[in-house]
Amino acid sequence: MSRIERAERRTALTFVAPALLWTLAFFLVPFAAMVLLSLAHLEGREVVQAYDLGNYVKIFTDPSLLKGIFVSLEITMTVTVISVLLAWPLAWIIATQVPPKYQRLAIMLAVLPFWTSYVVRSYAWALVLGQNGVLMQGMIGIGLLDAPIQIMATRTATIIGFVHFFVMLLTLTIYANLIQLSPNYARAAADLGASGWQTLRLVILPLTLPGIMTGAFLTFVLCIGDYITPQILGGNNELSMPQLIMLQLGRRGDFPMASALSVVLMALVTLAYAATARWLKMDRV
Amino acid sequence: MRALSYAYLVAIFAFIFLPVVVLVLFSFQAGRLPVPPFDGPSLKWYAEVLADRGLMEALRNSLFVALISSTIALTLGFLAAQGLARVHLPGSVIMRGLLIAPMTVSYLIIALGLLSMFNVIGVRPSLWATGVGHVVINLPLCFAILFAAMGDHQKNAERAARDLGASELQVVALVTAPMLKPALLAAFFLSVTFSWDEFIIAFLLTRFDVTLPVEIWSMLRSGLSPATNAIGSLVFLVSIAILIILELTVFRKPKS
Repeated sequence: MSRIERAERRTALTFVAPALLWTLAFFLVPFAAMVLLSLAHLEGREVVQAYDLGNYVKIFTDPSLLKGIFVSLEITMTVTVISVLLAWPLAWIIATQVPPKYQRLAIMLAVLPFWTSYVVRSYAWALVLGQNGVLMQGMIGIGLLDAPIQIMATRTATIIGFVHFFVMLLTLTIYANLIQLSPNYARAAADLGASGWQTLRLVILPLTLPGIMTGAFLTFVLCIGDYITPQILGGNNELSMPQLIMLQLGRRGDFPMASALSVVLMALVTLAYAATARWLKMDRV
Repeated sequence: MRALSYAYLVAIFAFIFLPVVVLVLFSFQAGRLPVPPFDGPSLKWYAEVLADRGLMEALRNSLFVALISSTIALTLGFLAAQGLARVHLPGSVIMRGLLIAPMTVSYLIIALGLLSMFNVIGVRPSLWATGVGHVVINLPLCFAILFAAMGDHQKNAERAARDLGASELQVVALVTAPMLKPALLAAFFLSVTFSWDEFIIAFLLTRFDVTLPVEIWSMLRSGLSPATNAIGSLVFLVSIAILIILELTVFRKPKS
């Protein structure tokens, strides 16, 4: 290695060092601290380090905690599937049916509600879905309903709030994928005798898997870790994992249990990553 | 097909816009509850919100944290991208992975980790602690955007500048930064948006000097009120205004 090369490397390292140190000090070390804390116990109001897996055993044996894992997984899966099913046609219509001149505008409109504050967006859905809200009053007004039905403070409300947000996100990732596809794929399929529907299902759809999977993974991560939407819309009948974590922190002050639940949450995200990794092209969308 | 497509577009856009329309409409409600029937328009809730000390204080705190943390995240991300894009370092794949990693972790976990560590070393929750957390979530974003934007032609321009005797600082300030201006601005404004809107880190890591999302959260506890609609609509309006200005100035494609 030449002297110049070595000097170059040294300069490059000094450039990278501050970001690495920040990530180390405020991401890796805190994470390690949290994992260590998850091995401790709360005795009275004191945290006592025990280096055992007691909290984890409790998570998987205590029905109220174990249920949280299933509630979170069920909500997240449902949201991811519905969002993909709604977003794909939207992205496809914008990419192929809307004139190119208006596509950028259509995408910007489709993600416009992104720019409302996250807390406020859930609140707005509470307004829409409540007993006296626009939806119920509107449906009663046009004679579809006799009396309001309970949607607020149920899982349905949580799912509607989530789907609203993630349809926007998935539309972006799938649209980005669709416009990169050469029109020659569709032409070749048509030349070989495929109908429009066959082309869509057998050619275009598989080619958009990277966009779908990238969006689906992001949806999974953001959805399973979110506290606001289930807390505002879902009520307290069933608690998701983030709600359980906040409950441990707040009322009980049980930091070790909150940490253990977070580690489990993190493990679920890692599993989702492993399941979708071969399609993920995070740098391209 | 086209008719069906447009019918779908109308239906899904109705779904996407429904909560926003309801939010903004009932911010002009005259009565005490933001539910039908609409009895406005009235601006009294806007007046109330703008006169609310706590809310305006929270707004200033949010702006402060967003600007400071985004500046730090952008600087660190830019330097790291510059270093890693320039020469091939041993272990550069691992370094890149480490820098991106926080992106795949829930904010709640990042917040809880920082809270645990700050507890151990005796740092009290504050606006600064929140800022540290916001740099953690925005640094990967800034790094990824800038790393993707760095290309060969820019590397060549830097080399030329160095050959002509420019110092390292001059190269970065006079060649690299101007060439990457759109990416730098995009990364900065995305960071500001994320930090400005972030709830859970700010909720767990502040005590008295809360940010706007946390303040709005505590407004929600006292039930539905058109005042919440008003502050929500204001935040939305400001975001859209910034977005339109950016779209018309920075990200406008030069006409050929």
